[in-house]
Amino acid sequence: MFPFCFEWAWDVGHAIFFGGLWYAVGILGAGMTFCIGKAAWDTINDDGEGHGGHH
Amino acid sequence: MDSALIPEGAKRCAFPKFMIGMAVVGAVLLWGVYAMFLCWFKGLNQTNMNDYYGFALWIWADLAVIAIGGGAFFTGLLKYIFKIDELKNIINFAVIIGFICYSSALLILAIDIGQPLRGWFIFWHANVHSMLTEVAFCLSCYFAVLTIEFIPNILENRQLNKVPFFHHLAHNMHGVMAIFAATGAFLSFFHQGSLGGVAGVMFGRPFAVREGLLIWPWTFFLFTWSAAAFGPCFTLLVTKITEAITGKKLVGDKTIHLLAKIAGWMITTYMVAKIIDTIYWATVTAPSLGFSLSHFYTNNAFYGYWILIAEILVCGVLPGILLIMKSTRENPTTRLVAIILATIGVCLNRWVMVLQIMAVPVMSFDTWALYIPSWQEVATTILPVAYGIMLIAVAYRYLPVFPQELELNKSAKAAE
Amino acid sequence: MIQHENAHKFGMVVDLDKCTGCGSCMVSCMAENNVPFKEDETRKKDSITWMRVYKLTNGKPFPETEVVYMPRPCQHCSGLGDHGHSPCVSVCPATATDYGYDTGIVSQIYTRCFGCRYCMGACPYHARYFNWWDPKWPEGQENYLSPNVSPRMRGVVEKCSFCYHRYQLAREKGYMEEREIEENEYQTACTTACPAGAITFGDLNNPEHEVTKIVKPDPHPDPMNKNVVGKSRNPKVFRLLERLGTNTKVYYMSEREWVRKAGDNYLDGEWDKRKNHHGSSSDHG
Repeated sequence: MFPFCFEWAWDVGHAIFFGGLWYAVGILGAGMTFCIGKAAWDTINDDGEGHGGHH
Repeated sequence: MDSALIPEGAKRCAFPKFMIGMAVVGAVLLWGVYAMFLCWFKGLNQTNMNDYYGFALWIWADLAVIAIGGGAFFTGLLKYIFKIDELKNIINFAVIIGFICYSSALLILAIDIGQPLRGWFIFWHANVHSMLTEVAFCLSCYFAVLTIEFIPNILENRQLNKVPFFHHLAHNMHGVMAIFAATGAFLSFFHQGSLGGVAGVMFGRPFAVREGLLIWPWTFFLFTWSAAAFGPCFTLLVTKITEAITGKKLVGDKTIHLLAKIAGWMITTYMVAKIIDTIYWATVTAPSLGFSLSHFYTNNAFYGYWILIAEILVCGVLPGILLIMKSTRENPTTRLVAIILATIGVCLNRWVMVLQIMAVPVMSFDTWALYIPSWQEVATTILPVAYGIMLIAVAYRYLPVFPQELELNKSAKAAE
Repeated sequence: MIQHENAHKFGMVVDLDKCTGCGSCMVSCMAENNVPFKEDETRKKDSITWMRVYKLTNGKPFPETEVVYMPRPCQHCSGLGDHGHSPCVSVCPATATDYGYDTGIVSQIYTRCFGCRYCMGACPYHARYFNWWDPKWPEGQENYLSPNVSPRMRGVVEKCSFCYHRYQLAREKGYMEEREIEENEYQTACTTACPAGAITFGDLNNPEHEVTKIVKPDPHPDPMNKNVVGKSRNPKVFRLLERLGTNTKVYYMSEREWVRKAGDNYLDGEWDKRKNHHGSSSDHG
């Protein structure tokens, strides 16, 4: 799973398998981070300007 | 009592009635949970598995729920990537069904392994050459995708949606859902395929082994294809059951017909590939290893040619044809027959690819091995069904799952 | 593939015409390897028998009935094309079973196995066993367990290791004395226990070893099936399910044709054709 696990080998099999896997996990992580971050930002802006009629 | 949680304008049964229903299903669930703890604490000696049947009822159930849960990724792919907007009317429900199927699959795997506390070894000490490793990774990641796809629907609950953060989160998640759906489709392609690969790479088992493309046996592609083909049928079937229980029309006919049509063509094309695969295996692969087709279907008390005919013709070709023909597809009765047969068909395929493989003798002096599951196995296999019913009931009651519900039931309401 | 130039390739040949079916190999194996047993051993399909003796008959009525006993340890397959990808090793998701390129032995790491049993499904010889129960020995017997073999816990798979601990002991001794190990220094428990001397064990890569002299393994792929490597050039010697390409390192020997035929599966009439071919191809080495 990680390069420090002793089964790990820097070969094509590991590159393809874990390359694909970490890529997918990365997208999911980045996507969720973006959504949560933006939601927090939007919420704070709502609070700050909520009554100011910004929307 | 709980009216503040029910979607605005939606009509639901009285709370006590709902709770009685939940209690009945909950009792079944508890029975399954009890069996599950027996297996965890006393070990797999609680099952009737043995050294001939290392893979048994659970693995079948696992493969079957993943196959019929395939409706989630395929509908998501069609809706978000191929932009078939009509499917927005069923996508929430497809995701919930997928979520139930995949969480069940993970639970079954957690019960099935002999040392549950070492379950993480499959990730940590991963052998990248094993199909099961690929299954474990993609399955877990895809379950994360399904959770992500389910969250916005949960946050749309009337009360939760009042919380500004949740409201924004749901909105933002909808905005980037296409990326999640694409990732989900990528992961699904591999784990559905790898589940097929699990059988196809067993070159010591002539009933299972298949040639293939590079490292992937043909079963890899057949499993992905069949999940995409039969998964939507299960989504339609559960929709139909939910409509029957609630006594309401929940998804418009246009959406149903469209999804049925897509499933029909997927099933038909899959069956062509499956028949070619079966013929090649029966006439080339197996004979080259010294096995005639009759070896796999005779001399035992259960597995006859009937299972091959049932899987391929009755529960494969027939539903495919019923769903691609407009007249039978749009007729509620024949459509219902088709989606029931299709669901049985894919489950039968997974049965054959797990249990029949174990049953067939390989050494010339070996014998057929048949097994009957113990009650603990049956109970833990029914457990996900009870859990699924409860989750659907709760989701239907409190979440805006079906966007067309109010519109479709307006006339009925007016008539009351 | 990591393969030492002077790698061993341990294997055995069982002379089925000598085997009497006495079961000494099974008993010695269980004692040597601390194989647990159940209180009730009537359900044979979940009994652990690393070495199991099968009874085969020619299916003919009396007085032509013939019986042969076939001891079956783990076959230590080297997989399609002899590349070390045995049916079980390649499927294990947690790298809990491994192919030793320096010995040809398929190992099982009990503390790594989490009991998914995929390897059992993949093995056509039923050589792999699951610990359905925790091992339990009658009181006091635990004092007599072999100190060289770790007992296994519930929920993991185990199998014959070709008494690997004996190899380790011999190897360490050889290392200390700065010499290679001798043929008789590493012998499995079943081999030494067989009263009929039916089992011959040794290094198939060493032409001096008795097993190699009997088996005469062909290092080239079989022209009829490129997946098959190490086929015996002795017409009396065969392997179990050789056509699958598992490339086992356990060979069997018999004078009797029906016994050799029982080692594999053949379509109707195919055996006679192949038998003739085997006779001609056996000369080329």
